[in-house]
Amino acid sequence: MVKLTINHQEHTVDAPGDMPLLWVLRDILGLTGTKFGCGMAQCGACTVHLNGEAIRSCVTRLSRAEGQEVTTIEGLSQDLSHPLQRAWIEEDVPQCGYCQSGQIMSAAVLLRDKPQPTDEDIDNAMSGNICRCGTYPRIRRAIHLAAKLQQEGGNQ
Amino acid sequence: MNMHDELTTSRRGFLKTGAMLGGGLLISFAVPGVRRLARAGSLPAGDAAAVFAPNAFLRIGADDSIQIILAHAEMGQGIWTTLAMLIAEELDADWKKISVEHGPPGKAYIHTAYGLQITGGSSTTWSEFDRYRQAGATARTLLVQAAATQFGVSPAECRTENGEVIAGSQRARYGALAAAAAALPPLAEPVLLRASSEWKYIGKGAKRLDAPAKVNGSARFGMDVQLPGLLTAVVAHPPVYGGKVRSFDDSKARAVPGVRNVVQIPTGIAVIADHFWAAKKGRDALQVTWDHGANVQVDSAAQLREFKQLARTKGLPAAQAGNVENGLAKAAKVIESEYTFPYLAHTPMEPINVTVKLSKNACEIWTGTQMPMAEQAAAAKITGLQPEQVSVHTVFLGGGFGRRATPSCDFVSEAVHIAKASGQTIKMVWTREDDVHGAYYRPSFVHRVRAGIDASGKPVAWEHTLVGQSIMAGSPFEAMMKNGIDPASVEGVADSPYMPAIPDHYVGLHSPRLGLPVLWYRSVGHTHTATVMECMIDELAHAAATDPVAYRRELLKDHPRHLAALNLAAEKAGWGTPLPAGRYRGVAVHESFLSFVAQVAEVSVSEQGAIQVHRVVCAIDCGLAVNPDGVRAQMESGINFGVSTALYGRISLEKGKVQQSNFHDYHIARMNESPLAIEVHIVDSTEKMGGAGECGVPPVAPAIANAVFAATGQRLRDLPFGTHVNLKA
Repeated sequence: MVKLTINHQEHTVDAPGDMPLLWVLRDILGLTGTKFGCGMAQCGACTVHLNGEAIRSCVTRLSRAEGQEVTTIEGLSQDLSHPLQRAWIEEDVPQCGYCQSGQIMSAAVLLRDKPQPTDEDIDNAMSGNICRCGTYPRIRRAIHLAAKLQQEGGNQ
Repeated sequence: MNMHDELTTSRRGFLKTGAMLGGGLLISFAVPGVRRLARAGSLPAGDAAAVFAPNAFLRIGADDSIQIILAHAEMGQGIWTTLAMLIAEELDADWKKISVEHGPPGKAYIHTAYGLQITGGSSTTWSEFDRYRQAGATARTLLVQAAATQFGVSPAECRTENGEVIAGSQRARYGALAAAAAALPPLAEPVLLRASSEWKYIGKGAKRLDAPAKVNGSARFGMDVQLPGLLTAVVAHPPVYGGKVRSFDDSKARAVPGVRNVVQIPTGIAVIADHFWAAKKGRDALQVTWDHGANVQVDSAAQLREFKQLARTKGLPAAQAGNVENGLAKAAKVIESEYTFPYLAHTPMEPINVTVKLSKNACEIWTGTQMPMAEQAAAAKITGLQPEQVSVHTVFLGGGFGRRATPSCDFVSEAVHIAKASGQTIKMVWTREDDVHGAYYRPSFVHRVRAGIDASGKPVAWEHTLVGQSIMAGSPFEAMMKNGIDPASVEGVADSPYMPAIPDHYVGLHSPRLGLPVLWYRSVGHTHTATVMECMIDELAHAAATDPVAYRRELLKDHPRHLAALNLAAEKAGWGTPLPAGRYRGVAVHESFLSFVAQVAEVSVSEQGAIQVHRVVCAIDCGLAVNPDGVRAQMESGINFGVSTALYGRISLEKGKVQQSNFHDYHIARMNESPLAIEVHIVDSTEKMGGAGECGVPPVAPAIANAVFAATGQRLRDLPFGTHVNLKA
């Protein structure tokens, strides 16, 4: 039994400690917003926050999250009010949409650490997340827009 | 096409109306006959009767809800929004009340031009432009009739606005009218479609209806399907494609906690477990001895040598005029070049997966597919059920790019075999490695070109030989081949706009039959043909000492749509104006999927030879752009897809084994490798509508290659170009 907090809710999970957090979230807890793309931390589709930092849940053992705080895309906001979600909708970022949970979770850490990111900051923070649809120009625009929304007092 | 006051005279009686349970209105399409492909090939035609529910296209509920059912699948291209726009345009719908869902397999959803149910060929918007508008217009006409009766006025006295019928001071919501409208007899007169001057959505656009669900994790892809008692299946596939299990020992696999079953299927051994992780661990613990089969002979280096040899022999004619040998002999100068292209994997972000629930009398399938009816037929064949006993629930596709339109139904068949062999309800999940190793690649090609120019630099002779596997040969699409020529192999060369004016030309094709299956990959044959044509034209422009844009303008002077795109891209890119130090431009223009796209790439090459693509300026003439921002999004997408293909994409085999396995060695362009500036301009056009999903890809590689030539004097002719130019070469 492993205890951890996910999206501010405590969970006790009956799973082996070496099971990747991704599959605990998806197959045991039914939180399917976090995606499987590669299984080896190459594509970023599985990005979640562990104690506020972006991690690739496909290579993060459940044991590493024991007693820790995990945030998934479902926990970002209840009502699409997060500046990144608003900006993503405003810029019509998603195409197939499969990678976007991971993109947004990576961008959320970037925006917290660098409230006014430059294009270079965006390259550095976002190049671990692949989008096969190539929505990068809109992701970039949406991050800049979210920075503006955040500064204007958007939801944190 | 004149869009004004267009009457649907040819489609009289085409739309059917009916009541739905709960008092709503339902609009569906009668089936105008199964044509072409479905008849020619082995694809299922479905049953003969025209259908109402569940094959509706539009349902208006008593609660004002408007449900739009798609004949096509949303895989990122945006039709979830664009088809809804077409209905909303004619219906005067309240946009906020619209919801969208995928249609089931069924004759009502057969492609209006292709004759089978398919999402592909960049054809959804143009092929549904009339049908979906007619559905909206028919519904509106019936709602107005129902309201007129209720109000005691004539229909002519009524107008519609934002989900309401209004006459004077009287108003009624569509939902309140739906039951009465559904009871009306079918329309005797054809519906009148809106004049383009009245359009509120078409040509203007709407926000993506699927965006909210795709930014909060609630969008449901195949991977996200959950059912009570659902188990996960991971398959041990043969290390050489097409290989067979000789023997296996599953004792260690069965000992993995969570593993419930291990079954042999025609394509390998499936390990079935409580969740993916246990299934994967179980697969890792399997001991399998394989018969590699004939594909163990496949070796990319050897294949390339053979293809190059073949390219020196005359292929089957795909296009010809005059006498190419005489033409080349008379030419002032002959330029000879060879271009090579590897196999490519589609690698959609969502790995292939299929959920199957099989019982004695029914088979239910959930998956992301571009061909639901074909999947239905394949599942029926494997299970021994009738097609109507097989339901296919199409969910969002986490990318398709052609991989989810497999005529052989490889992945659905595999999942159904697992369900059949195990008797369990399973979600089959491929790992990324399964995907990269799973064949159905863009075929590898070699092109050899000898082009002759006259003293003025104009091309006068062109000998072009292509070598590569046919996608259609041996598939249900074989009927589209003519005289041994697969159009998907030679599209973009045989029908090149440059060819008719070249008096002596010969386009020849060799289509070696090899064991590794190949498939359409976003923009299909144009992925290689555009590269060769537009790089060759650049080579000729250089030989003619003419500016590459000016050279193309002269050759394309009788091709106004190519010219319009070329001129717009050149103008917006500032062609001919000075660039920052170290930056160089390259251009390409190409028609594909009925649209015309020109791109100017701006690149730099570092002292170490590193290629960086800084900017791509793109112009497209797709005729009417129904959803302009959707067209821009597809061009951006196609350009980044094209960058990956141009610089990185390669699947290679040694002794039948694919050398790549995941994104670390099958590289996809990332944020920092995507051009910082991608600018898309749409030609203001009233020409025939074309597609947008694929046509952005073909010009990218040649535009980059031509820019690298401008920077370094080196021609890049072997795909992928790689991240670096060898400056010492």
